[in-house]
Amino acid sequence: MTEFRSPDQEVSRLRVRLVVAGVFMLLCLSLLAARFVYLQVMRFDYYHTRAEDNRIALVPVPPNRGAIVDRNGKVLARNFAAYTLDITPSQVEDLDETIDRLAEIVDISDYDRRRFKKFREESKFFESVPIRTKLTDEEVARFIARRYLFPGVDVQARLFREYPQGDLLGHVVGYMGRINNRDVDHIEARGETANYRGTEHIGKRGLEESYEAELHGKTGSEQVEVDAGGRKVRLLSRRTAVPGNSLILTVDAGLQAVAHQAFGERRGALVAIEPSTGGVLALVSSPSFDPNLFVDGISVADWKGLNESPDRPLLNRAIYSAYPPGSTFKPFMGLAGLSTGKRTPQQAIADPGFYVFGGHRFMDDKIGGHGMVDLHTSIVQSCNTYYYMLANDLGIDGIADFMRPFGFGQLTGIDLPGEADGVLPSPDWKRKRFKKPGQQKWYGGETISVGIGQGYNAYTPLQLATALSALVNDGVVFKPHVVKYVVDPQTGARREVEPKPIRQIPLKPAHLAAVRAAMVDVNKTGTGARAFAGAEYSAGGKTGTAQVYSLKGTKYKEGNVAERLRDHSWFIAFAPADKPRIALAVLVENGGFGSRSAAPIARQVIDYYLLGKRPAGQASEDEDAPADH
Amino acid sequence: MEFRLHPVALIRAILRPIDPPLFLLLTVLLAAALVVMQSASPARMEAQLVNTGVALALMWVTARIPSARLLSLAMPLYVLGVVLLVGVALFGEISKGAQRWLDLGVVRIQPSELMKIAMPLMLAWFFQQREGAIGFGEFVLAGVLLAVPVALIVTQPDLGTSLLVAAAGLYVIFFAGLSWKLIVPLVLVAVVGLGSIVAFGDTLCQPGVDWQVLREYQKHRVCTLLDPTSDPLGKGFHIIQSTIAIGSGGMFGKGWMQGTQTHLSFIPERHTDFIFAVMAEEFGLIGALVLLAVLFMLLLRGLMIAAVAPTLGTRLLAGAITMIFFTYAFVNMGMVSGILPVVGVPLPFISYGGTALVTLCVGVGILMSIQRERALSQS
Repeated sequence: MTEFRSPDQEVSRLRVRLVVAGVFMLLCLSLLAARFVYLQVMRFDYYHTRAEDNRIALVPVPPNRGAIVDRNGKVLARNFAAYTLDITPSQVEDLDETIDRLAEIVDISDYDRRRFKKFREESKFFESVPIRTKLTDEEVARFIARRYLFPGVDVQARLFREYPQGDLLGHVVGYMGRINNRDVDHIEARGETANYRGTEHIGKRGLEESYEAELHGKTGSEQVEVDAGGRKVRLLSRRTAVPGNSLILTVDAGLQAVAHQAFGERRGALVAIEPSTGGVLALVSSPSFDPNLFVDGISVADWKGLNESPDRPLLNRAIYSAYPPGSTFKPFMGLAGLSTGKRTPQQAIADPGFYVFGGHRFMDDKIGGHGMVDLHTSIVQSCNTYYYMLANDLGIDGIADFMRPFGFGQLTGIDLPGEADGVLPSPDWKRKRFKKPGQQKWYGGETISVGIGQGYNAYTPLQLATALSALVNDGVVFKPHVVKYVVDPQTGARREVEPKPIRQIPLKPAHLAAVRAAMVDVNKTGTGARAFAGAEYSAGGKTGTAQVYSLKGTKYKEGNVAERLRDHSWFIAFAPADKPRIALAVLVENGGFGSRSAAPIARQVIDYYLLGKRPAGQASEDEDAPADH
Repeated sequence: MEFRLHPVALIRAILRPIDPPLFLLLTVLLAAALVVMQSASPARMEAQLVNTGVALALMWVTARIPSARLLSLAMPLYVLGVVLLVGVALFGEISKGAQRWLDLGVVRIQPSELMKIAMPLMLAWFFQQREGAIGFGEFVLAGVLLAVPVALIVTQPDLGTSLLVAAAGLYVIFFAGLSWKLIVPLVLVAVVGLGSIVAFGDTLCQPGVDWQVLREYQKHRVCTLLDPTSDPLGKGFHIIQSTIAIGSGGMFGKGWMQGTQTHLSFIPERHTDFIFAVMAEEFGLIGALVLLAVLFMLLLRGLMIAAVAPTLGTRLLAGAITMIFFTYAFVNMGMVSGILPVVGVPLPFISYGGTALVTLCVGVGILMSIQRERALSQS
């Protein structure tokens, strides 16, 4: 430190430092100026974009899902708008506390809480999850008035699915459910991720699932200006959503109702087809379920009830359960004998009441036999011996090759998900089916059982109805389908589903006529005569009885073993005989003889379809009144 | 003058303590503040007008006080400030995790704010007392006078204010003639220290690394500056959004009341610490450079007043006050534009906040008082 400094020296020294300070300030402010030039000129484009991205959000507008109506326009699935109370968990500090406070304003049940928890586990952190659905107007008003107390909670108008016919068409129409992780994968695989933004539900079963792509529609979008909290400030532009296509079914809801009610409490299935188009007129799997239960998340109790019931209401027996066809197989076998030249219509065999093959006696159901039996008698009286012999003559490969084009043991390709293929037995099939070499060999005796529709044979009611349709339609095979038209709701343009036959089986009219004539006599003098007594039309039919036998093994509950070990009852039928408008297959599980339980159901269905007659005790239920919402 | 008109005399009397260049520049800044405030937070316009009026009145009152009187207030103000700081440490209210306020029943005050004026006043007064005999011992003593309140403010903890108070004192010491031999190494240490934080930021910012001297939230601020994207929705959000606001303003800005970042609430604290982002978004580079120019002219005027002030104490005081203005402006704009850490420093004369505005205008009043004294001594 300089000890001797004059005040003047001090002042000039201070002034130097002031100049230094001034230069320093200029440098620093120039640094700032340079930074501003960098941000505002050189990087302007980047920051401009960032500011626009901040400001503008693209909000998806989910489309209206297409409606589903029956062939007469009766509504089977539609949308209705309802308010839901949504929580965005990422914006809420204490979820439980918030829900407790909400419960003081709107009704929140334990079920709502459990469902919220489940949905939350399935959704992403930042997504909003409904805590209550279908709020009343009063509840909405109460919440809106207190909305400021609940950050992260909001009321939203949502479209819900509704099935006015309840359990009548549960298996056909199916239901919707919230999109889960597996659905997300499917959506991604279809390249539809963008189109499902904003969509929360997806078809899970039935037509809702198989026609998802048609029903969903195209998601629109709104460009909105948002503030930092993500709240909409104003609308900038809009691309409207394109509503999903609606479906007009081939199914007749009235016919379906008759068939459904004809089953009552019994388990079973019915498939009725219009032979000239392949359109499914009715498809029943009994018991059924109410798809409305699934619309906003099924409750645990309801789910248990459906899933654990021994009657398995969620199982679509019409397309998924395969049963041995029993004697309903005989008309097809008979046709095979004629077509392959192994039999003529007049050719008769002597039936002693049994058939011996490989040292084993295959019994007829009539002790002492049917005497001399030709094709006609064999069908009308359901003679086993005729078919034991015929099966032996045709050989297993001959049978399989003839039956395959009718769709036996093949996926029919119906437009419903979850179809099973059944079993058309053949040596080839057996080799693939069994692993142990000892089990892979085909035995001649097995062919004999196949001839009467037992043994390894297993077909779904749908397959049998499809095959019968081909038989009564002169061998013209259609792919069975439930949807008649896919309709664009904006233009009204219709697209027909499966309008063309998929193949023509080469069959001689005389052979077909012989078999059909025999089937008509079944309902006049044979096993179907009682059920079709007094019919005002001529109908063909054939009973069948399937021994209870399952490839997959069925679990029996001890208490009802006896009932559940009874044979399954089959009936196939078509009418009117000369120009069939309906062909159907009915199966009643553990129904005993086909003539007793299945045939009366077929009669009721045909009576209604051809004559508009309702069975006694069934009220007219043509009220189309929509439920109030 | 043959006859005196009373109104003219009155205006003259009012204007006598005012330094016209300083007042003109200040008016421009305060007017700009009102324009920007209307966009940033119209609800606060009334309060801002009241604050401006009070601050200008106090500036005028201060400007009328002779600088010798001001310097003689140094000791009592300083002692009062330290006592209040101790009071805060013992009985202060905790708000937002820091203990800064002292509730005196009538008003709630923030004693650290008082220290921003009391500190340079005290040191200027101190050096004036020792004029002609300023040696190493005086600088040590000045260092102690500086360290006590700074330490008290650091422990509140309030990093921003303690840095400003420390800077205010250091400026006085610098102008008092601390040897370059001491200044250069000190600056070097500071530069190397900051440089190494920037260089090793990644390692130092790992969670769990304890910085000893800084609180967790302060560490967070420094780390966020080093990499704003590391915490885009937390602390980094402020810096990211304010740089977006500035950058998207472009050359001419989006126009008054048209800033999307401002009006859609993307800019945090947009009426206080981040008000510069509002300005730069709506008035662009042009607006920002005009602001820098006006501020620089105000600073130059302050340095000129310091250069020609009559006594050592007033020279030191004027120089230090000018440098404090500069520090406020540089730290604030540096922070908002993302080249300095987020420390709670307002933009001088523009940001909303009565206390800061009053402090700053009292500072301007002191400059005017010093300038007026020189004018008197010259005449």
